[in-house]
Amino acid sequence: MTELTRKRPEFRNINAFKDLTTYRLPPAGWVSILHRVSGALMFLLLPLIVWMFDTSVSSELSFERFTAAFAAGLGFVPGWFFKLVVLAVIWAYLHHLIAGLRHLFMDARHAVTKEFGKSSAIVTLVLSIGLTVVLGAKLFGLY
Amino acid sequence: MSVNFGSKRVVTGAHYGLRDWLAQRVTAALMALFTLVVLLQLLFSSGPVGYDLWAGIFAAQWMKALTFVVFVALAWHVWVGMRDIWMDYVKPAGIRVVLHVFTIVWLVGCLGWAVQVLWRL
Repeated sequence: MTELTRKRPEFRNINAFKDLTTYRLPPAGWVSILHRVSGALMFLLLPLIVWMFDTSVSSELSFERFTAAFAAGLGFVPGWFFKLVVLAVIWAYLHHLIAGLRHLFMDARHAVTKEFGKSSAIVTLVLSIGLTVVLGAKLFGLY
Repeated sequence: MSVNFGSKRVVTGAHYGLRDWLAQRVTAALMALFTLVVLLQLLFSSGPVGYDLWAGIFAAQWMKALTFVVFVALAWHVWVGMRDIWMDYVKPAGIRVVLHVFTIVWLVGCLGWAVQVLWRL
């Protein structure tokens, strides 16, 4: 390093509220962080997911309780809130799956150009959010 | 030279990178295939999905065994993912150990419950 080299700016201690909110994340960046968020969300809701499997598969009686949870709710939780939580799980699963498949594709085909990163990220977002809307509409009885 | 030995040893990054990188992908592919198989069974059924069809999918012993494998794959996949999250954001080793234990207890609990459901059918 010569003396003529401009001193590199140093960044320390990023403030989550002041600095993170000013960064513009490219589509690939959104897909990436949402991949992490969706995974963590499913981790937290895993007992609920196992409960849904349990209740739906154990007996005809429990299956009726399962379908009733979407309409009449569960204990103190109203039906629409239960559906909302299930919609969050649906989004999390769809995004995580599609972003994961994108990972596998990029690994297998060595498709690591910046342009492909952008186009595949947009496809991921459109597909996952689109399918979430379609399944959510079905869940909330819109068709 | 960083002070990284003896009592100052850092407990992350100990030769599990490639194994877990591959494990994520293998378990992911396994789970994706399993999901596709179940989804196709549901889509190509006649009439609405009632209890008989749904429970019928998991009735055969081979399907229970396969589903069990997928549950184990899920547990490993989630462990690697969550461990990476804790590793990235939680630097103090003491707190991170607690979170690792919590994560493992959470996952083993869910796995045990799911296995119980499968073999109760």
